[in-house]
Amino acid sequence: MALKIFTTKRHKPMRWINTKPTRATQIALMLAPFVLLIVAYGFTSAARLADNPADKLLPALQTLTDAVNRMAFQPDPRTGEYLLWSDTGASLVRLFSALGISTLIALFFGMVIGMLPYVRALLAPFVATISMVPPLALLPILFIVLGLGETSKITLIVIGVAPAMIRDLALKVLELPREQTIKAETLGGSSWQIALRVVLPQVLPRLITCLRLQLGPAWLFLIAAEAISSDSGLGYRIFLVRRYLSMDIIFPYVLWITLLAAITNFALDRLRIAVFPWSNLEAR
Amino acid sequence: MSEIVLDKVWKEYGDQIVLEKISLTIASRAFVALVGPSGCGKTTFLKMLLGEEAPSQGVITLDGVPLIAEPGPDRGVVFQRYSVFPHLTVLGNVLLGKVFKRSPMAARLFGAERRAAIDEAMMLIAEVGLNGSETKYPAQLSGGMQQRLALAQALIMKPKVLLLDEPFGALDPGIRAEIHVLMKRLWHETELTVVMVTHDMREAFTLGTRVIAFERPRDRPEERERYGAVLSRDIDIWPPRIAGEPSIFAPDRDDPVIALGLGQDDLAPQGDIVP
Ligand SMILES: Nc1ncnc2c1ncn2[C@@H]1O[C@H](COP(=O)(O)OP(=O)(O)OP(=O)(O)O)[C@@H](O)[C@H]1O
Ligand SMILES: [Mg+2]
Repeated sequence: MALKIFTTKRHKPMRWINTKPTRATQIALMLAPFVLLIVAYGFTSAARLADNPADKLLPALQTLTDAVNRMAFQPDPRTGEYLLWSDTGASLVRLFSALGISTLIALFFGMVIGMLPYVRALLAPFVATISMVPPLALLPILFIVLGLGETSKITLIVIGVAPAMIRDLALKVLELPREQTIKAETLGGSSWQIALRVVLPQVLPRLITCLRLQLGPAWLFLIAAEAISSDSGLGYRIFLVRRYLSMDIIFPYVLWITLLAAITNFALDRLRIAVFPWSNLEAR
Repeated sequence: MSEIVLDKVWKEYGDQIVLEKISLTIASRAFVALVGPSGCGKTTFLKMLLGEEAPSQGVITLDGVPLIAEPGPDRGVVFQRYSVFPHLTVLGNVLLGKVFKRSPMAARLFGAERRAAIDEAMMLIAEVGLNGSETKYPAQLSGGMQQRLALAQALIMKPKVLLLDEPFGALDPGIRAEIHVLMKRLWHETELTVVMVTHDMREAFTLGTRVIAFERPRDRPEERERYGAVLSRDIDIWPPRIAGEPSIFAPDRDDPVIALGLGQDDLAPQGDIVP
């Protein structure tokens, strides 16, 4: 009688949540949306150009590669610079100095807010409030106070990303099991030693993850600042050529920015796994 | 010497009374097993001995000196979970106590000092049976191995008192029996006074020299806030177990070996002695 249960005729299909693609399917699926996008672009662009050969909105793929070639591999007749690379250099210097400064600020304040009750009482509500200020609204003030140079752009990015990073790190410190701090105290650790050997190494992986999540906002603030006042940079170029409706330059620039951000994102994650191998054991 | 004396200790959290008027003297080198129903304040009691919580009333003294309300290196601890550091290897975990002691600023050891500390740590790691796993991270160890590691990590400080909060509660019976043997050996060989919270009566009577029970005499829901748990049973194990001395009555593989006593094939009760 009981065996009947195992010999039911109806074949029940597997739940959707349990059906997984094979490795090959996975790669195919991963590439599909990208290919689809390029193909769709190709068709739409061809259709528009067939209508009106002077159309500038969706340039042909050939026009795009020509533009890339011009920007990346031929010196600009006016300045003699290879514009894509000089723009990239200018933007990355701003972006990475701002992210570096934000990381240091977040590490310091995140740790003291997370570890020291007095500092927490003093600064946690303040940082929470500051993080609500929309940074772009501050941009005019920054330009007036700090001038139109690099300082105001870097400051904008720092103001945009640091408060969120501080709050995230402070939370991570508070999330560390209480048992760990107690244990470290019974091993004779002072506040400083516990900060250095117990808390710091455990928040560093989170700091890297936090940095990855802030890449998007950081690029946003960078391009906004460059768009408004600059004489070089990827954002500057996009907003400059916009006047001439040069989509053949804007599209590759957008792609290039996306690629840079994606590579940074990936590299930071690899870095975390390489430097803190234990942080990946936990996640399984 | 490490005698712990509690004099009329109360503990309240806000309006809730958790422990009432606990007076107790724990002799040096005793192995006290603390039992009681869930929520009766066993962990709270341990926290007070640890210094994580201060008593609301009353004093606790260790060797006649009142405890300060802060954990310190004279009292080691092993919790049920989170007792080891996930970002350090087995060796790193055991070394940490030494490092804290020797290197106040850099919190790192170098050269000969580091080698000496490593030698000492390796001995302890071997003692708890973790040799071969020195370079593994806790996430790569089983639950039983993690608790052994936690023991080694605590013992490198040579604490006077070792506090255990259901340290073996999550282990399966086989592993637990193994770690009991280890625990007994460590207690015999080191200068430790042990207080262990457990839910397992068998464990309490296998390891302890004295079993203490907390209980709420009034446990109706409306009374729960106003009345705390009291010390309801205090049983000295008989025949007495004495640290470092073999028991002639129930020699088992846990105790130091002596010539007389039962042979290997005799059915010796494994420490389950009725008081
Ligand atoms: N920080 C706290 N604030 C308020 N009440 C607390 C706090 N810690 C413990 N309590 C209360 O004290 C009582 C005793 O808790 P405790 O953790 O000591 O119990 P326990 O005997 O260890 O239980 P278990 O066997 O389940 O671990 C519980 O009723 C609990 O609600
Ligand atoms: Mg408890």
